[in-house]
Amino acid sequence: MSSRDLPETAETVILGAGIVGNSLAYHLARYGREDMVLIDKGPLPDPGGSTGHASNFLMPVEHSKEMTHLTRRSIEQYKEFDTFTNSGGIEVARTEERVEELKRRVQSAKAWGEPGELLTPEEVEEMVPYVNTDLIKAGFHSPGAGTCDPLRAGEVMRARADAIASGEVDPDEVSEVEPDGGTAAVDQESAGGLTVSPNTEVLDLHVEGGEIQSVETDRGTVDADEVIIAAGLWSPKLAQMAGVEIPLTPAVHQMVSVGPISFFEDYEGEISFPVVRDMDTQMYERQHGNDLEVGSYQHRPILWDVEDVPSIDEAPLSPTQPPLTEDAFEQSMADALDMVPELLDDPDAGVRHEIDGLLSQTPDGGPLLGQLQDVDGLWSAAAIWIKEAPAIGEALAQQITRGWSDIDIHASDVNRFYEYGNSREFVKNRSAEGFQKIYGIVHPHEQWQTSRPLRTSPFYHRQDDLDARFFEAAGWERPQWFESNRDLLTEYNSELADLTRPNEWDSRWWSPIILAEHLHMRDNVAMVGDMGFTIFDLVGPGATEYAERMAVGRMDVDVGKSVYTPILAENGGFVSDLSVVRIGENRYRVITGGGMGGSDKAWFRDHLPEDGSVQLVDQTSSLCTLGVWGPNARDLVDSVAEEDMSHEAFPPYTAQKITIGEVDAWALRISYVGELGWEIYAPMEQGQRLWDTLWEAGQKHDVRPAGMGVYGTTARMEKGYRLFGHELELEYNPAEAGLTFHGVKDTDFVGKEAYAQALDEENAATLCTLSVDDHMSEDGERRFMLGNEPILDQDGEVIVDEEGRESYVTSAGTGASVGKHLLMAYLPPEHAEEGEQLQVEYMGEHYPVTVEVAGSRPLFDPENERIRS
Amino acid sequence: MNTLACVKRVPDTGAKIVLTDDQQGIDTSTLGFTMSPHEECALEEAVQLTEAHGGTATVLTLGSEEADEQLRTGLAMEADDAVLLETDGEEWGPVDTASAIADYVRDADADFDVLLFGNESADAGNYQVGVTVANQLGLPCVTGIKNLDVEDDTVVAKREVSGGEEVYEVELPAVVTVKEGLNEPRYPSVRSKMEAQKQEVPSVQPEHRGADTLERIRLDAPEQEDSEAEILGESADAVDDVVEVLREDLEVL
Amino acid sequence: MTVVLTLVELDEGVPAETSLEALTLARDIAGQTDSSVSAVVVSDEAAAVADELGDYGVGEVHAVEHERLDSYAPEAWAESVDQVANELDAGAVVAPGSDRGHEVLSHVAARRGVSIAANCLDVDAGEEYEVTRQRWGGTLLEEARLGGDTKFLTSAAHEVGIEPAAEPADPPVHSFSPSLDDDVFRVQVDRYEESEAEGVPLGEARVVVSGGRGVGGPDGYDQLEDLADLLGGAVGASRAAVNEGWRPHDDQIGQTGAKISPKLYIPCGISGAVQHMVGCKGAENILAINTDPEAAIIQKADYAVIADLHDVVPELNETLRETQ
Repeated sequence: MSSRDLPETAETVILGAGIVGNSLAYHLARYGREDMVLIDKGPLPDPGGSTGHASNFLMPVEHSKEMTHLTRRSIEQYKEFDTFTNSGGIEVARTEERVEELKRRVQSAKAWGEPGELLTPEEVEEMVPYVNTDLIKAGFHSPGAGTCDPLRAGEVMRARADAIASGEVDPDEVSEVEPDGGTAAVDQESAGGLTVSPNTEVLDLHVEGGEIQSVETDRGTVDADEVIIAAGLWSPKLAQMAGVEIPLTPAVHQMVSVGPISFFEDYEGEISFPVVRDMDTQMYERQHGNDLEVGSYQHRPILWDVEDVPSIDEAPLSPTQPPLTEDAFEQSMADALDMVPELLDDPDAGVRHEIDGLLSQTPDGGPLLGQLQDVDGLWSAAAIWIKEAPAIGEALAQQITRGWSDIDIHASDVNRFYEYGNSREFVKNRSAEGFQKIYGIVHPHEQWQTSRPLRTSPFYHRQDDLDARFFEAAGWERPQWFESNRDLLTEYNSELADLTRPNEWDSRWWSPIILAEHLHMRDNVAMVGDMGFTIFDLVGPGATEYAERMAVGRMDVDVGKSVYTPILAENGGFVSDLSVVRIGENRYRVITGGGMGGSDKAWFRDHLPEDGSVQLVDQTSSLCTLGVWGPNARDLVDSVAEEDMSHEAFPPYTAQKITIGEVDAWALRISYVGELGWEIYAPMEQGQRLWDTLWEAGQKHDVRPAGMGVYGTTARMEKGYRLFGHELELEYNPAEAGLTFHGVKDTDFVGKEAYAQALDEENAATLCTLSVDDHMSEDGERRFMLGNEPILDQDGEVIVDEEGRESYVTSAGTGASVGKHLLMAYLPPEHAEEGEQLQVEYMGEHYPVTVEVAGSRPLFDPENERIRS
Repeated sequence: MNTLACVKRVPDTGAKIVLTDDQQGIDTSTLGFTMSPHEECALEEAVQLTEAHGGTATVLTLGSEEADEQLRTGLAMEADDAVLLETDGEEWGPVDTASAIADYVRDADADFDVLLFGNESADAGNYQVGVTVANQLGLPCVTGIKNLDVEDDTVVAKREVSGGEEVYEVELPAVVTVKEGLNEPRYPSVRSKMEAQKQEVPSVQPEHRGADTLERIRLDAPEQEDSEAEILGESADAVDDVVEVLREDLEVL
Repeated sequence: MTVVLTLVELDEGVPAETSLEALTLARDIAGQTDSSVSAVVVSDEAAAVADELGDYGVGEVHAVEHERLDSYAPEAWAESVDQVANELDAGAVVAPGSDRGHEVLSHVAARRGVSIAANCLDVDAGEEYEVTRQRWGGTLLEEARLGGDTKFLTSAAHEVGIEPAAEPADPPVHSFSPSLDDDVFRVQVDRYEESEAEGVPLGEARVVVSGGRGVGGPDGYDQLEDLADLLGGAVGASRAAVNEGWRPHDDQIGQTGAKISPKLYIPCGISGAVQHMVGCKGAENILAINTDPEAAIIQKADYAVIADLHDVVPELNETLRETQ
């Protein structure tokens, strides 16, 4: 055994010493890990991954709240490491459409509490004198933006990680630690701390009984309690060693560096001018010393196979910096010359560096974070940009050590593609499609086009025949509305007169037919499905005890009873909200939304008792779901069911086995749309028969199909139902969300302490339903908010609660029955008063809104008479 | 004055070169291509000479149609014209290559005053092409040049030798083969790169004579001899040991 | 008996090292082909080195003498070698792996319209030769078949070991007066300019101290200059440092720079990429100073100090000054 060998054991092994791995090491040390090994195949300080070639600027404002908050938190950290330069950043618009998008940027900036303002071309020129203002119509200024040095930050984080983990310094005094260049010598007799081992190749990951055991390298094998894959675009290769998938692909981002530019010679330091993003050409230009870095996302998607990425020895520059594909960059050069001609035509300046920089692209563009659901103790920290890496390292360290993170990273859960989206084909298709959306104007409801249809319910062909407009969720094709219902527009003409959307942006990916379907359902009956639920059963002698421990609601209920319940993390924040039905003495069925179903299942699996007294049986692909709702639902179902469907025989919030025509099904009397009716579950292969039977019988009731537009938005919002990922998230607790109807049960459950405390305290914010009083814009066009807009007080100031959380629209939708456009938002107590007059900012203008409901009381049918009828 | 710079398209390799399975070439699946460093200087010199003395600089290569890329690089580095002696992609030996270039120069409209080559190509390292072209055209030839001046009709060329430089004065037209360090090749500007992409590049089909007498059997990566270094220390404290090694073991003091 | 003719260059009156390498290779070929080794020396001092050439197995020395050959003229040399080779009906002509060796042999081959095999390490000599030669500046090897009536090849510098013959010969010196047109003197060394740079030239230094990216900037070379002065050596640089503009290209060691063969090479802050190592393979000993114990240069070194050169070198200079 040579001196190069690794320690034989460690608490934590981190694979990859780029910005992500270093950040994880640092934050895990802060949160108490004392014995860690950080491995990279390449040398330090630059192991050759994407960290080494990134353009290193951080623009905090995005339309995603979590990404904005992660970037802001990362900037704080880079500042703390003295590796941040606050240059500011400007996104410029060449087109009118982009000007609108920049207004939306301002709107998001306000909603997420980040400064940001619109600039005139003249104002842009004052800040960046070399921009060709003839080309631009406006700019969005983000004063918080800047550039960082991630390699230096990595050195600082490694040194601090070692100092804290080995007990040399207190975490509070860690700023005194000086980085030493970062290669702490490998010490086999390691007494803890951080062992950094560059130039070390991982040969295998050993898994036994679904648990990670050890990491085998060319310098020996380390037994580890937990292993984190933070290997950037090589992550999928490592995951495969453990038999699991991390769905990402290397993709090219082209970048050139031009210099020396004499204009910059008068300015000291790395960057003296804001980074410019030329959004319409999907490019950026940024000063870097005497050079100008020009990067582009406009070129055709160039995806790599990870197997083709050369080793550090074989690569002329670095593995992630293959040579520029010249022809793909031609248009970018022309566009850059148009935008910054004075700099690029500097007679002394040449293209000194040009690369196809490789980065990690995922099917939806988001990071891949969290524990991989088939291997306990194996975590993914992949597809992370420089701008969010320090904060994601922190959030993951929190999640690993205590189960929840301060910034909710649920939307980036690595398991979100688990059921359907791990194939190479899917990853390539979606990554190529997603690449083109970088810097694009992406409508909040924009649908993916590739790899569809992928998951279809047995109703799919029938719905297709009815001219369904399918939206996709977690791979499932779900009708958003049905063009075959267009005739209903005439029928409901007067009700809908003020609710249709004249503006193209507002009505993109939307149809007034949704509202007509809504009204028809409320008046008559509709068939809705499949919702793409994730369904799994908890089975075994320990099922009740286990279910009690997982849920806020009481689980020891009568067989056949369903309970809608929050699922919390230890901090009382939301992990999920879902329905649990006791379907047997020792058997529970969990029904949850498909989008986050993978994460929910991972959460439940991760908490299963170790004694094996409960098994988790996935039913997602076995059962289809068809909702039948409306005043005539009972008549319809009763006409084809063998069983008695009367209110007395089949009370609300209960489940029973029923037979519909020939189909043996299982029905749950529940409604997310606030109507009488059932969710009917049947074996997938009998689903079409189920549809046909109900459809045929429904003709005499004029049954109509209704889409997810009704189910997910219009009907649910009228009922004040909360949607996970919108209203429900880790940063708000059940008391604030108004989901306290369970009280505090006696038995222990995850998050109980925090939950009980939240119930006792006064809410810092309360989830409210608001309605828009006046839709008229200054141009005289009626505008309809789509969600994520900031809520302002009468003075036009963004409302912030005492915990520093901005009020913003968590969901927006039109309540067809109440005749109003509805918004949900968390408001602090002083504003959470029914009748309170506030404002919402939308596309640069302010619209008056009124608080209709403070809390969870439904706006429509507040006593739930329909459900109980 | 008209100049001609002859360049060769070669893979842009990293520290470790990977061979194809049949060992007949380099695995270039993940590599880009470039021109040999010596030739980059030849090209730069060809351009600088015409910038100083007027005339046109032409960049020439013999290779497959992909070698167009290196010609465009040449144009982006401000060569005025480019010409491709297009082959089927087979590697030509130095004699056939030189004959094809000599044929082209004889037939070319332009009279070239200085024909510049790299001293040897980065990949094959045959040293022969420039000399052979000169021989076939009956031109004088200086090789291994790292310092070049043209005064009237004379090339003053210097070659490094032990302790200094030997100086040649040769009448134009002449062939000069150069080494890296002759000049600092420019980085092409964004605009010149763009314009280079649009320029017409004529291609000529040269005659493949088959005169070369060196035929590749296979390529091999040489054994890397790793030695076990004696670690004298991990800080400045090692200095005493270093001095002892210098004095006793190596006897260089 | 056929002849393997070898071009021998003299360096200040003695056979150059690369020429002795060429002779060693030539003797190997001669042994395989039942030939004798002859030397061709373009110098009026040829007689003075005959004994030494005999030590390397040279059977006959052909001293080329011409009134205009007072300074080097590549084509005149080539024409002379060609004429000697013709007269001897040489089976092979071997030249050293030097600038002049490559140049002269290229001219000879061009006259005959054939290829040369440059930078050979090894030859399997039959009717055709199978040679092992360097490509990519020594990063790769090529096995190739060399044809033609007369084989032309050069030996790879600092690769073919110099070995005296088991049985030294006592070669006669034949004076050869080539017939040379004016034309072959159109290229001739006009004058020699001594290098303005002080100190020992890189290629000849007994000790070479060099710096790479780890030096951090042009100022960092001062301490390396001091060390080189103290050791009576010269300073070199890696391609990375030259590309940064920290040192002139003349200092570059590696594939496209100088090939050095000192007794001791001290690379400081150089990682040791293959492209660099092919330039310093000739070094007898390597003492590397580098912070990274994993750097390739450490694997190639005989001695190493794992520390920052900025700590070690000044301290070393201080100690050396005290001891001197």
